Parts: sequence; C-alpha cells; structure tokens
Amino acid sequence: MNARVIKHGTAKGKALVSTQSISFFGGVDPNTGKIIEKGHSLEGKSIAGKILVFPCGKGSTVGSYIIYRLKKNGKAPLAIVNKESEPIVAVGAIIAEIPMVDQVNINKIKNNADVIINGEVIEWKN
Amino acid sequence: MQLTHEEQNVLNGEEGPGKQKAMEILVALGKIYNATRLFPIKSVQVAGVSYNNLGDAGLEFLQQWANQNAKASVPAMLNPAGMDLKNWQNQGITKQFAEKQQDVIHAYTQMGIKPDCTCTPYLIGMQPEYGQHVAWSESSAVTYINSIIGARTNREGGPSALASAIIGKTPYYGLHLQENRQPDMLVKIKTDLKNSVEFSALGYHLGKNYPEKIPYITGIKHATQSKLKALSASIVTYGGPPLFHIENITAEAKKKTVKKPEKQNMIDEKDIKKAIQEINDSGPIDLIFLGCPHCSLEELEKIALLLKNKKVHKETWIATARKTMERAKHKGIIKPIETSGAKVVCDTCVAVTPLKGRFHGLATNSAKACYYSRGTNALHCMIGSTEKCIKIATEENNEC
Repeated sequence: MNARVIKHGTAKGKALVSTQSISFFGGVDPNTGKIIEKGHSLEGKSIAGKILVFPCGKGSTVGSYIIYRLKKNGKAPLAIVNKESEPIVAVGAIIAEIPMVDQVNINKIKNNADVIINGEVIEWKN
Repeated sequence: MQLTHEEQNVLNGEEGPGKQKAMEILVALGKIYNATRLFPIKSVQVAGVSYNNLGDAGLEFLQQWANQNAKASVPAMLNPAGMDLKNWQNQGITKQFAEKQQDVIHAYTQMGIKPDCTCTPYLIGMQPEYGQHVAWSESSAVTYINSIIGARTNREGGPSALASAIIGKTPYYGLHLQENRQPDMLVKIKTDLKNSVEFSALGYHLGKNYPEKIPYITGIKHATQSKLKALSASIVTYGGPPLFHIENITAEAKKKTVKKPEKQNMIDEKDIKKAIQEINDSGPIDLIFLGCPHCSLEELEKIALLLKNKKVHKETWIATARKTMERAKHKGIIKPIETSGAKVVCDTCVAVTPLKGRFHGLATNSAKACYYSRGTNALHCMIGSTEKCIKIATEENNEC
C-alpha cells in the first residue's frame, strides 16, 4: 500500500508494534535503545534494528534529539511507521536520517511481521 | 504542499545537505499540518540552547548541521542558555558544563545566529511589527508577540525554527492564518488583578481549565508590559494556546480584527486565589529567582529600588538579557542590586540551568518558573510578588 513519506528512504526488517504512543525523551534509553517508560506496552523491549510501528509521538521536543542520539549510538530503529505523525518524531527521523512514513493502518501490522519500506510504498507479511 | 521550483531544488539537495535538511523539516511539518505552501518570515528565535536540555545528542546534531554550511538567511536570536555565558563561575557552573555550553553557542554562531540568549528578544531590538510573519520558539515570547503585538507565529520547536532561519520561510498554517486567530471563548474577569503574580494566576487558570482555547478577555482595564509578560508566560506553560486577546489592550482586539464570542465564562477572586494556592508548594526556601521571562529595564529598576541599602541573606538571582543588563548598568541600576549581594545573571534562567541537588526551595514571582523548576530541577516552589520575594531574600534569622 501507499503511505505518506516523512523521511524518504528504504528499509527491510521485523516490525516492533506498539499500540501506545511513544515519548522518546524520558521514554527511550538513548544508549541501549530500550523502552523505559513505566507501564508502556513495550517496556524493556529494544527498538534497535526494528521497523518501529506506533500511532504517534508524544512528550518533550527534546525527543527529536534522542532519536538522533539513538542513531549515533547504533541503537535506532531501521524505519519508523506512524498512524499519524507529529513534529517531534518527524523532525527526529529527518535529522537522524531514518526512513519514516505515516498515514498507515497500523492495526493491520502484527509484531514481528516482515516489513519492506521503499519511498511511499510499504508492504508487510504477518 | 506546493513547492516553487527553487524550493524543490533545495529539497533535492542541489544547494547542499545543510539546506536540504532544513527544507525536509519544513516540508514534513507542512505535510503534517496540511500547509499548502511555504511563506517568507522576517525573523527567527531558536530554542534548544541549554546544554542541560540538549545533552551531547543535541550538541552533536547542531555541530553537524553547522559543518554542513547551513547559514541563517534572516535575523535570528537564541533562547536562554544553561548559564551566564560570561560569569558562569558566579553561578556555580562546572568547567565541564561551561565548555559544552560554549560549544553549543559556537555551533549557532557558525550558522550566523546572534548569541543573544533571551526569552525576551522583543525587549532588545528584535520586535516584530503588527501582522508580520515570524518563526519563534520560546513559548512566552511567541505568546507575547502574537497577542500583545499582533505578529504571527506558531510555537516552533528548536530544529523547525532553525530550519526556518536557514530557508527564511515557514509552512503556512496555524496562527499564520487569520481564521485560526479568532477567539474560542469570552472570559470576563470580575476582580482587579493587582500584580504580575495575579496575571500569572489568570494564565494558570485559563491554561489548565480551557486547554488550547483562545480566550477573549474582558474586565481588565489596564495592564503594564510586565503583567502582560507574566500572563503570556503562564497561560502557555499550563496548557493554553500561544495567543490571547484582551479587550482594548491586545493588538487584534484593539483593531477589531477578531470577533468577540458570545458564550461567557466568569473568573473571580476565588479562582485567582485557588490558582495561586495550586501553584504553591510548601517547604523552606534557599533560592530567590526573579526574571522569568527575563526582566525588563523597568522591572530591574523596581528590584534595584527594593534592594537599595539592603543585604540579601539567601542566594538571589535576577535574570535578564545581556543587552538589558548593559542598558541598566549605564543607568546605575545594576550597582544597588549587586551591592546587596544579589546576582544579576544574563543569558540564562532557572528553567534551563543545572540546579538539581544544589538548591531545594525556590521563591519566585513567576508561575512558569515554578513549573519548569519543578520539572527540570526538582525544586519545590513558592510564588509571591516581587516585593515578597525580596522580603524573603533580605530577611534575617530565617530557619532555613
């Protein structure tokens, strides 16, 4: 299916799906790539090397820099897929050069699905 | 979003990776907010300056962008840094922090941005005109220039403001459009708001109870710049939009370009008292801070008068823009403040400087300072008038 491109690029990998929004500042450890927000459905899971699928970002705008730092530390996701993106994660993806698309029906993507992103085209196999 | 031929070229990277990144950010924001095009802006104010908030990630990002030869194409200033850029020792800042902070400033100046670090650029020569489009970040300044001056800006994040400075444009959406500047509700104030603290409390009440609703306020007969500055800072801190209108006082209400809504909400003395109570914590005070947003010349004058021939017995910081301090110094206003033992700190503020563990209880006249000192620096806070704060600073024999 076709998505909206936020940061152009290609990626191929396993999906890590969250039904909850993600705050990168305070919610993700920039050194390990692990979700550290208490009570988050992905708490303790690492986003490194995954196609990270979640509805949208939340929290402080410092989150954009955390995404950049994850990339520098080699702990960033391969790509980001949002239902409807907002500026914190969008800016983070651009400055960290992580492919990102949104306006995707993310409910249909299951955890561990094989996902391929190529520009505005996203495909997955659950 | 429709891009011009030139804009498309920049997006394709034909003018280098620095400008390409800036254009990518603006285009992404344009998509997210359904902007139809980019629009030229006259000035930019960039947040994301304190190393305390940026950390190494933010610093590395800025250095990389600066090294890609990205340069501001319109006048641009900075938000407060994590320390007084000249007298940081005076503030108890470590050398290690100071070096990192100077690196941040260096990256910005490399990009052609003036190292004027203030939340009040409109007090030091960067004052937009009525109806002018700009791209500013600092929430209190955004609210002040939108409301009091009638300039037009969204509340930009650090990177998006920087992207706008580099391109000289912003996506045309939100508060740049006339139809989005109309008030959502009418608010009648049924009490006389006496000082900046009570204007702060009004902002708290509005932001907390009516998030994202643009108010049209009636019942305020007169308001000094200082009071409007306090209201601007607090309404947006506590959840309100970065725009309000006050009958006969703010720019668009005076020009009648906005319509007075019909449905009316009342605010009385009880609401203001309750707001002040909610902002206050209890506990001993070991730091007095005035200047959130940065003190104007008039506010410094008042503080100097209150401190004249007195000594402070607790750590007392008066924050202002460096240029305002220089003007005040020239007028002999700084000397009585410093003679009292209080410190005049420039370029920084209590919300962005590292205080965690060094101080525990804050007295201030600013509701915004309370919010961010709690969050960033884990202080408990007391809000009181300038007079009350100075009284606490100069009192002897206090048990804390």
